[in-house]
Amino acid sequence: MSDLVSYRLNVNGQDRTVADGRLGESLLYVLRERLGLAGAKNACEQGECGSCSVMVDDELVCSCLVLAASAEGRDIRTIESLAPEGELSYVQQAFVDAGAVQCGFCTPGLIVSVHDLLERQPDATDIEVREALSGNLCRCTGYGRILEAVRIAAAERLADGSESRA
Amino acid sequence: MSSPTITRTGSSHRIGESAPRPDGIPKARGEFAFSSDLWAERMLWGATLRSPHPSARILSIDISAALAMPGVATVLTAEDVPGLSSFGLEHADQPVLASDVVRYQGEAIALVAADHPDTARKAVAAIRVEYETMAPLSDPRIALDATPIHPEGNLVRHLVIRHGDLDVEGEVQVEGSYEIGMQDQAFLGPESGMAIPTEDGGVELMISTQWLHVDRDQVAACLDLPVDKVHLTLAGVGGAFGAREDVSMQVHLCMLALRTGRPVKMVYSREESFFGHVHRHPAQLWYRHHADRNGRIVKVECRLLFDGGAYRSSSAAVIANAACFSMGPYLVPNAHVDATVVRTNNPTCGAMRGFGAVQTCFAHEAQMDKLADALGMDRIELRLLNALEPGHELITGQVITGTAPVAEVIRTLAAHPLPPAPDSITDSRLLPGGTGRTTDYSDVKRGIGFAVGFKNLCFSEGFDDFSTARVRVDGGIATVKCACAEVGQGFVTLAQQITTEILGVERVDLAPADTSIGSAGSTSASRQTWMSGGAVHAAATAVRDTLIARVARDEGVDITVLELVDGVVRSLDGTINISIVELTTAEPVEEEIEFHHAPTDELDENGQGNAHVSFAFSAHRAVTDVDPELGLVRLVDIATSQEVGRVLNPLQLTGQLEGGTAQGIGLALMEEIIVDESRVRNPSFTDYLIPTMLDLPDLQIAAIIEEPEPGAPFGAKGVGEAPTISSTPAVVAALRNATGLALTRVPVRPEHIALSADHLDD
Ligand code: FES
Ligand code: FES
Repeated sequence: MSDLVSYRLNVNGQDRTVADGRLGESLLYVLRERLGLAGAKNACEQGECGSCSVMVDDELVCSCLVLAASAEGRDIRTIESLAPEGELSYVQQAFVDAGAVQCGFCTPGLIVSVHDLLERQPDATDIEVREALSGNLCRCTGYGRILEAVRIAAAERLADGSESRA
Repeated sequence: MSSPTITRTGSSHRIGESAPRPDGIPKARGEFAFSSDLWAERMLWGATLRSPHPSARILSIDISAALAMPGVATVLTAEDVPGLSSFGLEHADQPVLASDVVRYQGEAIALVAADHPDTARKAVAAIRVEYETMAPLSDPRIALDATPIHPEGNLVRHLVIRHGDLDVEGEVQVEGSYEIGMQDQAFLGPESGMAIPTEDGGVELMISTQWLHVDRDQVAACLDLPVDKVHLTLAGVGGAFGAREDVSMQVHLCMLALRTGRPVKMVYSREESFFGHVHRHPAQLWYRHHADRNGRIVKVECRLLFDGGAYRSSSAAVIANAACFSMGPYLVPNAHVDATVVRTNNPTCGAMRGFGAVQTCFAHEAQMDKLADALGMDRIELRLLNALEPGHELITGQVITGTAPVAEVIRTLAAHPLPPAPDSITDSRLLPGGTGRTTDYSDVKRGIGFAVGFKNLCFSEGFDDFSTARVRVDGGIATVKCACAEVGQGFVTLAQQITTEILGVERVDLAPADTSIGSAGSTSASRQTWMSGGAVHAAATAVRDTLIARVARDEGVDITVLELVDGVVRSLDGTINISIVELTTAEPVEEEIEFHHAPTDELDENGQGNAHVSFAFSAHRAVTDVDPELGLVRLVDIATSQEVGRVLNPLQLTGQLEGGTAQGIGLALMEEIIVDESRVRNPSFTDYLIPTMLDLPDLQIAAIIEEPEPGAPFGAKGVGEAPTISSTPAVVAALRNATGLALTRVPVRPEHIALSADHLDD
């Protein structure tokens, strides 16, 4: 097929080569199918569910809506970057502890979004959390334990007083 | 609500503790492999050609252009199905690939395998199909008089329940007609999987499903392979809620893999997912309730019409459930139920959480409110007066022998404090309509609604329902093997807790769920806690008994003086103390058990029979704010009481209550697949809305009622479905209370409120 392109992406601090990609491939597809980073999920692939959330240049995006080749030269961070092998970030830990994970399909996207939220707004109120996360759909939990996980994570972050946490 | 106790660490949790999920950490890290995450060397991508028409004759199919495209490995049509040309959950009436007619929009016609998903999609688009379109049968009300759309006819099942004296009349009568829209399960993880040909000419299928063995049997029949050459392994499942009980891509994937000799992966897009699985049956219901002056129900008559869509799926069981639970959890001495499910060219409907009881609960609870109003009686009092109790007879003639704390469910919920009604709300996020800032609080009317529901647990109507589990203990480490499909509900956690509880081991590993062991039955009907939990319980108990017998033999004592406590086999006099680690290091123990629940009966021609093994009861109370002029709604508060037999894991129970309640709220306020002339108009998350975090208040859990259920392992009832049943009618009752409108259809849309002339008092 035509339109094959090769380019480089900076993902989780690593320079990765995408060889012979198709021009139309989304960042989500390239992360999942070409770079072996399947943490970002594919629940709708049309920007409605947030399951594919990643950070691009410190901005929360739906990776299904980003053309992969257009992300060349930008700083891409995925769920896989949040904690070293075998460890959990404070948000991941809060999700596990609070019972916010059922089927878990929404979980990576939500965790990326919660990190972003608590970075920007560490003292978000419940209604602010609900609004900020209303772009992340979850079908299993009814969101109760997810909100609880955010409360736990926010309290943990405040107690630690650490701005530089993962 | 108050948060359940959270247990942060530790590996051995017993029954009743909030044990963490064993898959929680990999899921939170993004490492858990869902079925859409599968990858293999040399893998191809599969895609499906689907009919754009709901009803058409296929005149010709030309695959040549598709086959000639670079990167395309194969294109398959009905001619290529090696074995049985049809499949079906209860009855094979759906073609694997349509060849002569298509009976619903989205019916599969041809398959492609190619080197890239985009190539596969383009090849699908290059297949030329010539259709002769026909007028679809869209209205279930005329289905029985219409030309049959399937050789088996348009009637799927007609069921009548006649109970007691059908001529008796009540002094007070209320009548109503109700309608339920088509709801989608909308699990987040799309249908996906991978098939790999095996060296023996068979196939390995990794798939997200609710029931591995029923898939395997259908796949094997369609491939014309013996079942031992078709091996299924559960791939990570991103939610199910009934939508994965039927085969979707299973046969297709295996056909492509066997034909190409390569691994083939398929992932449905969200749009395709709406066409790729069955939905909740839309329903039309008519009821007449009769009561005496004191409010005792004398008789209920109802007619239920469910639209099954093009193929049978589980429609026959859904309509039976709808009929059996059509009265709600009330004592009804005389009843006449006429229930029908028909075939149309609409999307196929089948299992969804609540399974028939959701539809009837919406109607019977509206009727109970109407009846209370006609009697001038308090709505809660009327429900309490008629509440089912153990020993009562259902309209099927079955006497409730287990627990049925209906009155307590109602009382505890009614006693739960209501939220305060503030003098003003200025934050638009807390107003109907939300951030659009369209509503002024001075226009808002508040309403309160209450509803109670019930349904069966496990399979009914004489089905021999069982699950299989194997527990092995080696060096003190237990491994549980069971084909139970973990779809997010948390069986994996319970399996560990149950094994720990019985054996006192420090570590319980879970072997992959696959078809190398006997069937576990479906993850549906709120049955896995009871059935697969029961199988694990029985297998672990058998391991314990084997260990005790071994020690008794070796030590020359009677088994009755030995017990297994905290992982140690010891004698009552304390002279023998041997740990399970020591015992199983010397010689591992393995036991496998097939666990059956008590047999049930079929319903006779009058719908009478002991068809069900157990029942679960739930209630919800909703508080809504409504702007009647704009038709905008905000759910302010939702509270529930549930009876659960016994709590096995408080945290997971909370998750089931919250998640199930949310799906019921979705049906009440927003969720509907819009079907127009048998065509789906909104197959996307842009147009099919499910509740977001901003749409739902915290669920208030007024009470969890624990009355151990006889016959159930640990006395625990399944909790998957009950929470979904009563939340829908509670929300709509609150809207009626706020607006004075009849609101007989769900979901309630703004125009139903703003443009309705349909006042209750008219
Ligand atoms: S997959 Fe990107 S928003 Fe849904
Ligand atoms: S946990 Fe299943 S979608 Fe959120």
